[in-house]
Amino acid sequence: MIDYINGNRDIILRAFQEHLYLALIPVILAIIISLPLGYIAVRYKKLYYPLVNISSILYAIPSLALFLLLPPIIGTGVLSPLNIIIALTVYSVALMVRVVADGLNSVDPAITQAATAMGYRRVRRLFSVELPIALPVMLAGLRVATVANVSIVSVGALIGVGGLGALFLRGLQLDYLAPILVGIILSVLLAATCDIIIVLVQRRFTPWVRAGGRA
Amino acid sequence: MDYLEYLLDPEHWDLAVNGNIPSLIVDHLYYTVITLLIASLIAIPVGLYIGHTGRFSFVAINAGNAGRSLPTLGLIILLVTVIGFGLLPVVIALVILAIPPILTSTYAGLRAINPASVDAAKGMGMRPLQILFRVEIPIALPLILSGLRSATLQVVSTATVASYVGLGGLGRLLVDGLALNQYDRVIAGAVVVALLAIVLDLIASGLQRLVVSPGVSGRALTRTSNKPARSAPEAAPAAAG
Repeated sequence: MIDYINGNRDIILRAFQEHLYLALIPVILAIIISLPLGYIAVRYKKLYYPLVNISSILYAIPSLALFLLLPPIIGTGVLSPLNIIIALTVYSVALMVRVVADGLNSVDPAITQAATAMGYRRVRRLFSVELPIALPVMLAGLRVATVANVSIVSVGALIGVGGLGALFLRGLQLDYLAPILVGIILSVLLAATCDIIIVLVQRRFTPWVRAGGRA
Repeated sequence: MDYLEYLLDPEHWDLAVNGNIPSLIVDHLYYTVITLLIASLIAIPVGLYIGHTGRFSFVAINAGNAGRSLPTLGLIILLVTVIGFGLLPVVIALVILAIPPILTSTYAGLRAINPASVDAAKGMGMRPLQILFRVEIPIALPLILSGLRSATLQVVSTATVASYVGLGGLGRLLVDGLALNQYDRVIAGAVVVALLAIVLDLIASGLQRLVVSPGVSGRALTRTSNKPARSAPEAAPAAAG
């Protein structure tokens, strides 16, 4: 395996980079999209169940099928990395909308009332009271979405884009274990690293959880 | 969309024609069912044991994370390269992927039970196994089933991917279509797989309503009180793969 890594450093590095951005761009897009959607689901109660149900239906679609369904719908080429990015964004948003809504719903009404009584208006109350309190729940969802993305990206290799997944296919074609193992190990390490980073972010921004206070 | 012609062509639904869509669906369901059976036989007892006794709980907690972070395609290809082509390596890979969600949610379901319920059962003189089967499992059922539901989705999804290493089922339309550059076939396959997954998920959620005791799901309360009953904890969202 060491020989394989030494001989193919460039290929492995490029696959890793591709994997990294294919997995993480959707996470960033999903955060931007799911925050307002989750807020809408909480603010207008009638929209909660439709949004949650649509999310769970979208989440049920197998990844390979979604990668291949997107080109005729959005007009991209089959080999475009955009298919992967959009499909993973759809999955991540589907997961996150519910988590954001549940996080905001978990805020104790007494706290929002206290904030209102202190003169906080809706927008400021949302950003400085409700969102911070909902953060642990939302970040737990983000962890799931990120780790799942890192693992699903490799399926993209079957349609020609997919970072470390390309190493799996190479290994299968050559009947050679080294690239497969390198791909799996790097993918798992990447998922674990992203997971740890989110946990650290959570510790940094929710100090009251560790202080033993009520979240 | 002219892409859908393949799907709507009656010839592809004719049971006499080789590679017809209904038989691919049956194959796909067959793989899904065997995998889920094997995975449940392993994961549910282990999850019940860990949840009931509280021993080895780190296994159950970490299984979920480990399962999510394993790249599906890599695992299948690894097993095929080690064992050789065939149904066995693919089913092993699918079982490995299906165990974590079932194990984790069974464990979580048992852990989430209010200890007072278990104490009450003990106080009534129930033996440990009676407590497990009459109190703990019924109360944990919503979570256990939602774990099975995530596992089902993951297996359906991964069985599609496994067609790349020769598994039958609906993935064949996708993989062969891509190889032959027949995009209408690919789209037909993708549509059918997506619909199958959605229908299975809907059936699973219906089943969840049917089997869970009304007392646990909160539906029984609506008859006696005016307050709207809170729906049962619907647990972790299912996992795509």
